[in-house]
Amino acid sequence: MSTYEADALGWFGGTGAFGGRFMPEALIAALDELDVAWREAMADPAFTGEFDRLLHEYAGVPSLLYDATRLSEHAGARILLKREDLNHTGAHKIRNVLGQALLTQRMGKTRVIAETGAGQHGVASATAAAYLGLDCTVYMGEVDTERQALNVARMQLLGAEVIPVTSGSRTLKDAINEAMRDWVASVDETAYLFGTAAGPHPFPSLVLSFVRGIGDEARRQCLDQYGTLPDAVAACVGGGSNAIGLFAGFVDDPEVAIYGFEAGGDGVETGRHAATIFAGSIGVLHGARTFVLQDEDGQTIESHSISAGLDYPGVGPQHSALSAAGRASYLPVTDAEAMDAMALLARTEGIIPAVESAHAVAGALRIAEERPGQTILVNLSGRGDKDMGTALEYFGLGQAGSRGQRETK
Amino acid sequence: MSSTSTAFARARAEGRAALVGYLPAGFPDVEGSIAALKVMVESGCDIIEIGLPYSDPVMDGPTIQAAAQQALDAGVRTADVLRVVEAVAATGTPTLVMTYWNPVERYGVERFARDLADAGGAGLITPDLTPDFAPEWIAAADERELDKVFLVAPSSTDERIAMTTAAARGFVYATGVMGVTGTTQATAAGVAPLVARTKALSPAGGADLPVGVGVGVSTGAQAAELAVKNGIGADGVIVGSAFVRTLLNHPGDRAAGLAALAALTEELAGGVRA
Ligand SMILES: Cc1ncc(COP(=O)(O)O)c(C=O)c1O
Repeated sequence: MSTYEADALGWFGGTGAFGGRFMPEALIAALDELDVAWREAMADPAFTGEFDRLLHEYAGVPSLLYDATRLSEHAGARILLKREDLNHTGAHKIRNVLGQALLTQRMGKTRVIAETGAGQHGVASATAAAYLGLDCTVYMGEVDTERQALNVARMQLLGAEVIPVTSGSRTLKDAINEAMRDWVASVDETAYLFGTAAGPHPFPSLVLSFVRGIGDEARRQCLDQYGTLPDAVAACVGGGSNAIGLFAGFVDDPEVAIYGFEAGGDGVETGRHAATIFAGSIGVLHGARTFVLQDEDGQTIESHSISAGLDYPGVGPQHSALSAAGRASYLPVTDAEAMDAMALLARTEGIIPAVESAHAVAGALRIAEERPGQTILVNLSGRGDKDMGTALEYFGLGQAGSRGQRETK
Repeated sequence: MSSTSTAFARARAEGRAALVGYLPAGFPDVEGSIAALKVMVESGCDIIEIGLPYSDPVMDGPTIQAAAQQALDAGVRTADVLRVVEAVAATGTPTLVMTYWNPVERYGVERFARDLADAGGAGLITPDLTPDFAPEWIAAADERELDKVFLVAPSSTDERIAMTTAAARGFVYATGVMGVTGTTQATAAGVAPLVARTKALSPAGGADLPVGVGVGVSTGAQAAELAVKNGIGADGVIVGSAFVRTLLNHPGDRAAGLAALAALTEELAGGVRA
């Protein structure tokens, strides 16, 4: 069994290692029901066919694999971009929610709840709910509702109710707590659309099954278009869904190196970061044993990142297992490096990436230094429209007549 | 027989249910929580449950969240929780710790079991740890004969209730409502089927494993409705948010808070004897 596949209890990398299900008993029946329904659905060609059709006709999948020649010139290595930013709603997240919302429909439930950090998963959930006629409630940390107000408006326009979460650090981790509290009380008619490849079994495996198209498509496209596999693949890691979706396509190709880039915030040495695997320790958070940012007593430490989507003190258990097995490397990228990469990609390729995805681009530029002339395939997980407020502030943009205060070369 | 089971047996011999009272350690502060828990003991709690404040309490509603957050903001540590256990257990009342799993895992399961036993603690109630994911805790608890209180819920299958009761010691915690603490009220009609199923599926028909009902119990009348004699046969009722709310309602006036706590405890103690 490979490191990214769970055993029957949801363990990755061996019994007791990573993953599992540390959950209130009240939710176990729902998780078991979900597990059974999901397995049956994935074995049913009617379901998988409908999922593929929706991805293709509605979400614009498969996304392109793009040869970023001007960026490559700059990097000194060939950079290929998997253009998940071109998907409907602007990120890889639509794959996951379409899968989960279809499953919800199949299970006969009428309401979905979701948590969101950046708002990307919330928008994707609201979109899928609107499209499939489901009620949708999104929990979002109060801090995030302020820094991502545009996405709150998008969700509302799509008919979802957005509930600001005021407990704890008022960010993504608290939004997950609040969604779980809702679910305990509403589980009969409600499905929890989990936004990343984390949480209790079967969520990490279930989410992977819906996002693994990223890696499967990229591998096929790379072979078809360039006749070779990449030397390395790279993705940003928040909870880990876009990354595991990409990595799953290459994990069985030992010649392909795998890199996950975590949010280094102000720098890991400052303590203000979200580099969970690089700088955290093993614990239990949100139902799974995995790397966690925690203090000596096991209290979760607040993470920090300029990117709301990476600002999470946990990580999916599959990544912890891949790291422990030495199959993938997880490294931090600072806010500053990511913002520089955002500007560089904009100015070399005319592509404005999400700040999350800019972490992967920055990381790829770094590994390119050790891999001159090699091919590095990067998951461009989302587009940057939602981050223009951040960019405006960071670069001092918005005033006509200048190109912004922090020029990049 | 654990001290907890003994307390349940004593209540049963008196033809009533046991009253189990919860407060988080370190709320309103460490000394304040010891004083409050002692008042609850003196006013009629048969068993005490001490909450270990945690940053991500998914089973708790706003009331207990607020108290736990206050304790954490004031810097309460796991060692402080054990200090509170020691002070309360010294009264002779069985004292359990209710804790989410990560703080125990971080402290070291074996070390936690040892220090809890040394403090006179009776065992653990684990809201996010079910027996199928608890081999380490079960081994550590068995070595020291600590109580392993796992939860069953209205949504639990018969198979899981059988598995859970087989692994439990001290009592089994039946959640009265599908929901988090302090939000919905448990009713006899809602809880009766779970209590009956739990008893029927317990080893030896439940003779050795009391069933406590918690989550959604806050008044003496409810305690009476659920309790063993005239109620639906719960061996114990567990009250948490109502105690916490009582203290939250008297900020800055400790004496008034403790008096109100004593009054609520007496009301509930009357309820389990109704
Ligand atoms: C564009 C984009 N990329 C990446 C992420 C991080 O999530 P994950 O690690 O699950 O891919 C997010 C989350 O909001 C996102 O919006």
